[in-house]
Amino acid sequence: MISDLAYQLLQMTLVIALAPGLTGLIRKVKARLTRRRGASVLQPYFDLARLARKEAIVADSATSYFRVAPYLIFASTWVAAALVPTFATGLMFSWSADLIAIVAILGFGRFALILAGMDVGTSFGGLGASREAMFATLAEPAMMTIVFCLALLAGSTQLSTIAEFMTTHDVGLRVTLGMALVALVMVAIAENGRIPADNPATHLELTMVHEAMILEYSGRHLALIELAAMLKLLLYVSIIGCVFAPWGLVAGEGRSLGVGLGVYLAKLAFAGVALGVFETSIAKMRVFRVPNFLGAALMLGLLGAMLLFVSRVLK
Amino acid sequence: MNALVGLLLVDLALLALAIAGAIRRNNALVYGGALALSTLGLALALTHFLGRAAPQTLVLPIGLPWLGAHFRLDALSAFFLALAHLGGAVASLYGLGYGRHEQEPGRVLPFYPAFLAGMSLVPLADDAYTFLVAWEFMSLSSWALVTAHHRSAENRNAGFVYLVMAAFGALMLLLAFGVLAGASGGYAFAAMRAHPPGAGVAALALALVVLGAGSKAGLAPLHVWLPLAHPAAPSHVSALMSGVMTKIAIYAFVRFAFDLLGAPDWRWSLPILLLGAATAALGVLSATMEVDLKRLLAFSTVENIGLIFLSLGLALAFKADDLSRAAALAFTAAMLHALNHMLFKSLLFFGAGAVLTATGARNLDRLGGLFDRMRWTSLAMLIGAAAIAGLPPLNGFVSEWLMLQAVLLGPAFPQWTLKLLALAMGAVVALVAALAAAAFARMFGIAFLGRPRSPEAASATDADPTMRYAMAGLAGACLLAGIFPGVLIDALKPLAEAAVGAAMPLQAKIPWTSIAPIAESRSSYNGLLVLIFFVASGSAAAFVIHRVASAAIRRAPAWDCGFPNADPATQYTAVSFAEPIRRVYGPFAFAARAEVDMPRPGEARPARITVHMSDRIWRGLYAPIGRAVAAVATWLNPLQFLTIRQYLSVVFGALLALLLLLAIRS
Repeated sequence: MISDLAYQLLQMTLVIALAPGLTGLIRKVKARLTRRRGASVLQPYFDLARLARKEAIVADSATSYFRVAPYLIFASTWVAAALVPTFATGLMFSWSADLIAIVAILGFGRFALILAGMDVGTSFGGLGASREAMFATLAEPAMMTIVFCLALLAGSTQLSTIAEFMTTHDVGLRVTLGMALVALVMVAIAENGRIPADNPATHLELTMVHEAMILEYSGRHLALIELAAMLKLLLYVSIIGCVFAPWGLVAGEGRSLGVGLGVYLAKLAFAGVALGVFETSIAKMRVFRVPNFLGAALMLGLLGAMLLFVSRVLK
Repeated sequence: MNALVGLLLVDLALLALAIAGAIRRNNALVYGGALALSTLGLALALTHFLGRAAPQTLVLPIGLPWLGAHFRLDALSAFFLALAHLGGAVASLYGLGYGRHEQEPGRVLPFYPAFLAGMSLVPLADDAYTFLVAWEFMSLSSWALVTAHHRSAENRNAGFVYLVMAAFGALMLLLAFGVLAGASGGYAFAAMRAHPPGAGVAALALALVVLGAGSKAGLAPLHVWLPLAHPAAPSHVSALMSGVMTKIAIYAFVRFAFDLLGAPDWRWSLPILLLGAATAALGVLSATMEVDLKRLLAFSTVENIGLIFLSLGLALAFKADDLSRAAALAFTAAMLHALNHMLFKSLLFFGAGAVLTATGARNLDRLGGLFDRMRWTSLAMLIGAAAIAGLPPLNGFVSEWLMLQAVLLGPAFPQWTLKLLALAMGAVVALVAALAAAAFARMFGIAFLGRPRSPEAASATDADPTMRYAMAGLAGACLLAGIFPGVLIDALKPLAEAAVGAAMPLQAKIPWTSIAPIAESRSSYNGLLVLIFFVASGSAAAFVIHRVASAAIRRAPAWDCGFPNADPATQYTAVSFAEPIRRVYGPFAFAARAEVDMPRPGEARPARITVHMSDRIWRGLYAPIGRAVAAVATWLNPLQFLTIRQYLSVVFGALLALLLLLAIRS
């Protein structure tokens, strides 16, 4: 019981501690690939600390919701991140929300963020919010079809159970899993506002979505929202890791904690480098191309789930 | 005293209250009386339902002499009665405050208790005649409320369309009863249960019921009256129509499909599933485009009705294939969603009414910045919006989650069609939930956040105390139903047992108030813990940041990339917020196209964008019918101007033709 609780608390602090590092790593890789030296991997930590120490500037036209929203966004993202198996499965509270609920908890954060973008009453905020809302209408069903693929295979929507199923059973190479992986990566890219769906480093009005929503935020509020965005990236990497690369997860008593943590860090590093390489080698697409991109993910997910029916019958 | 008699007396007292309201137009008398009577009715229905009492029946010697009036109180009717009386009680509480702002109380006060009485009489009816009388009573009294503000041509039109559709629906139900009763004429429900119809008759009756109950519930393509009529009524009546009356229509459907029609065939579920999915998608897309606050809510009612029918379709299919535990899951999800929808849709309509009284505006683009000006209303609306958007830890998520869990049991279907359809239904539920989140983020963001878009919005003040209490109570109920769903699922047990012959596993046994629809290893959810986590992590973050880092705040003009504009018109509007979604879904759903008129360089005229959207159902189905009726009427018009000799010969000719027909038939 105590060790369960310790694992859960370790997970909660670990995700917070590692999330800025992952973002820093991606920035570093992108900088090196464009022949710049780039800031240290630890730079996001310094940025966050500096932001948190500054005073927060709140627009005159902002309502009191504006000041609550960062906490709502951060809390929901953190809760979702704490429920995803990172280095261990079967965490103490993992049964309190299955994968569908985790997606919905992230949806809560997005709802709060969209409202925050609309609060000050500037055109940029509305622009980002309306585009985010449109992306979400495709990204969420796409994510749900991926959940269907996994749940139909593993017979469960619990992320821990799915991860254990992937390690212990002879799943083999399945077309469905391939499709689900591609679709999940596409959804993760769009959900996290990465290239080619959105550019996290831009402040050009024609291209920004996430940045436009948080344009009015500063100081500790901005720090919280930035940290939430980093956490969300880590969360998606963890989901992909625990489902499609479920090796080294600490399950029960047998495995050692060190191996679990080490493998998890390796997975994060791999994902960070891969994302950095991917983002450097591809151009950002126009905003109204993103629906096609997400629509493709949705179709892949649906097709994957449908194939599962076919293969199940033919077997 | 027997609960059934008590409930009938409550209805009788409500009718007496209607007469009293017609004589003395006293706000406090009518709404206070309705609140007391509805609370009493709620207590009676809940006692019967939670006490799992045996069905009670009563036959009164009124109505048709050879039939009498049959009444019956069983689990199904007790649940829907509790729902109706709960909705009636909060609407009456709200009405105590809202009614004081009413311009035409004489057109609302007498009909309000009558409407409540009609709605709470339908579930008690146990024969076709009583059922239809109660049903029509409900329709007519609500029609009177829809046309209460009859001076606006829009409302008169809404009343006309509603009356036509209500007449159509009642006719379909009448025919359904006729088909079920057959030649022997057993119009009591007990007689129908005793002689289940054959396959063909049952299918015909089901089709008629889908048309009849579906037109009242707002099932596409019969939903066209709903977004016209529901917003036209005063807001507490809108809440009742959307929250309760549509549920009574669901009751009628459930009573037929799961009770009177006997054992279902799996093919029955196909039209229900498809219609439900189409209704949900169409409703939510229309809500996303709508700029009128109350019409937006009405379209979202259409969406939720679609989800409930979709889930009921799954339950029918599972029941037909003897997958009774899956059927219980889908059925419980549908009933829970019906209850949840009553809670949050009433709340949202109450909020819309509070906004309407405070600003006089229903158009989203005349609102804005109400969050700090109407604190209670805004917070309640925020909770309602998050609940209807299906976000944890609120109640809307739980029922949608249960629906998805039912969908995931789809591979158990022996039929290929159903297997693949279940999967498609899952995608539809996810799509609809995501679109609902967009629609309600838009609704809340435009109406309550940002800068005020009109002087009325800038000077708005919060609602009357009783209106606030009603909203706060419903918001609390949405939260409670979201964090203790297990209690509700267990309470719905007799309902599922009555309808599909099985129930979901007992949730009270599961520790920590989690819910697990099938087994804990398969899926579980704990709303309470999610809420505790939210609160804990949010407060931890706030505490750490305020302690360790900075707590200073400075107010300054908005940054807006360095070009702030003081004109509130530069904000995003409801229309512009919907633009990206319209571009993605509009061409398919509404034949939407935008024309951009861009002036050439040097020209001084402004650029214009014109958006054309058309309601495909109205244009493709209703407009041709309307034109045909008008053409026939014009053609037959000369009949009005005949001489007496001609009329007599027409009558003689008709008589002759009928006699001939009779002679040929026999």
